[in-house]
Amino acid sequence: MENGRYGIHGGQYIPETLMNEIHKLEECYEFYKNDKQFNEELDTLLREYAGRPSLLYYAEKMTKDLGGAKIYLKREDLNHTGSHKINNVLGQVLMAKKMGKTRVIAETGAGQHGVATATAAALMDMECEIFMGKEDTDRQALNVYRMELLGAKVNAVTTGTMTLKDAVNEAMREWVSRVDDTHYVLGSVMGPHPFPMMVRDFQSVIGKEAKQQILKLEGKLPAAVVACVGGGSNSMGMFYDFIGDKDVKLIGCEAAGKGVDTPQNAATIANGTLGIFHGMKSYFCQNDEGQIAPVYSISAGLDYPGIGPEHAYLHDTGRAQYVPITDEEAVNAFEYLARTEGIICAVESAHAVAHVIKTAKDYSPDDCIIICLSGRGDKDVAAIARYRGVKIYE
Amino acid sequence: MSNRIANAFKQKAFVAFLTAGDPTIEKSEEYIGRLIEGGADVIEIGIPFSDPIAEGPVIQAANIRSLRAGCDLNKIFTLTENVRKKYPDTAIVFLTYLNPVFKYGADEFFKKCAEIGTDGIIVPDMPFEEKNEIAAPAKKYGIEIISLIAPTSEDRIKQIAESAEGYIYIVSSMGVTGMRSEIKTDIGSIVEAVRKYSDRPAAVGFGINKPEQAQKFSALADGVIVGSAIVKMIEQYGENAGDALYEYAKQMKEACLSAGK
Repeated sequence: MENGRYGIHGGQYIPETLMNEIHKLEECYEFYKNDKQFNEELDTLLREYAGRPSLLYYAEKMTKDLGGAKIYLKREDLNHTGSHKINNVLGQVLMAKKMGKTRVIAETGAGQHGVATATAAALMDMECEIFMGKEDTDRQALNVYRMELLGAKVNAVTTGTMTLKDAVNEAMREWVSRVDDTHYVLGSVMGPHPFPMMVRDFQSVIGKEAKQQILKLEGKLPAAVVACVGGGSNSMGMFYDFIGDKDVKLIGCEAAGKGVDTPQNAATIANGTLGIFHGMKSYFCQNDEGQIAPVYSISAGLDYPGIGPEHAYLHDTGRAQYVPITDEEAVNAFEYLARTEGIICAVESAHAVAHVIKTAKDYSPDDCIIICLSGRGDKDVAAIARYRGVKIYE
Repeated sequence: MSNRIANAFKQKAFVAFLTAGDPTIEKSEEYIGRLIEGGADVIEIGIPFSDPIAEGPVIQAANIRSLRAGCDLNKIFTLTENVRKKYPDTAIVFLTYLNPVFKYGADEFFKKCAEIGTDGIIVPDMPFEEKNEIAAPAKKYGIEIISLIAPTSEDRIKQIAESAEGYIYIVSSMGVTGMRSEIKTDIGSIVEAVRKYSDRPAAVGFGINKPEQAQKFSALADGVIVGSAIVKMIEQYGENAGDALYEYAKQMKEACLSAGK
């Protein structure tokens, strides 16, 4: 199968029960992506509802403090619902509606994708159920309540490691039980084809805008674009339009948790090996017997043992570079950005900020770097306080 | 077709599944023996996986118990080899997710399967389109790939059935594995569609647990597959499930046979 492959990665490794549905989804997506009316409706939603285009902000204080490249932040945190997740969700839910579906389900890690899905479902009158690992419902309790306020039912998943991977398992099991009226709004550039392609396309608005904005502001392309990678949707969206621009470095920051050489990390490129899981061939953290490893990160959104197949391919070809960032580095970056620029970003995005803090000075002051600030950090404040041993009362 | 699989379906067949290594690998060997003595014609040995996305809660829990008890592929190969020595005529197939096979190396895996006397393999997360992951080595070592056909397969039945090997696994219901009190799918018409394109035996699985269901679906197809009900018994009786499994297999096999030829 040529379709849905990125080099050796990708594919459609799913139960037979889902095959006709996934083929239908492929056909519908091929149709709607070129459909003028669909694109106009989606553009309107992105503009009027999500608040696009998102700002490209020159982080002047950070630039001066670090002493190297000019640093720009692509402010996906300013989107409605507070992260880049809304870009993909509006596209998928709008399409699901046109396909005649009346119900959407989704997995969520940090809760950002769940909140975005619940939001779009409320807006477009769809029934909505979210699957979230029990561990994550505990560390992101505020987002659980947000989803409930939006009318969604949140199922706490108690199987396996009770995190994002298990939420995906449960969402898939639910989808197999009810494909007729239900669309599974996968939140990242992962899973079986056409999801990696479709989610990438819906997220590619990030990179498209960023490119136009930087050309307008600087008159040239950035030296590097940097984004965090769990499954990899904000990074893929940021990278995609720059892939052809060979001089632009593409840097993905994965979660090294307590360190890549400890058992507690989620650094798939650093530690993973080729495997087949969650519908795709890609790199996964796993043991010698092909059992998927329990992974860890302070960031619920990056706490996933795999990576989208197109990222795996960009890694294979050397086009993109993937670097591990520890909890400690991410938390430091979270605090640094808050104090330096007055921006509290998601702890996921703080992984990208951390890499730039470490490397900005390696660039010339004539260069610029764009960081994808994928989400805002309100949801993480309690977890950061816990990490620092500070007792706060909510 | 593997002679053992062909022989298993000479009469209406009772196909019994259990997860290897649950509660221990030694108990699996004993339990497989009791199921065969009770009347099971085919044994599906489940290779435990950390994330079995096609399984309901009962088999998920068995996967976890097995992995926690330290089950691994080498132990499962030894288990299978022992069963094969003791029961030279019973068909044995593996049910596994694709990743353990992929990680082990498909060629090595199927070579091992042939050495220890496995007849077939079922891979719930490998649809027709992705068969090339294992088709060549499976063929090279004579291991038959058992395909699943679901209530949603419709126009896909032709291509799947035409290239089917071993037996055809008809998925009775939408969703994951697990006991169901009622199966609403029109199994008769799926079997009819399958028969148009294949003369392979067809067995119905997913949700079947009672003798009445075994009789009903054996009448429509060539046999039934039971997993969760067996695994539930193992969960319930732990190390002492042998007699219950024997009695259950006997009852289910009789129910299958009562459906006629």
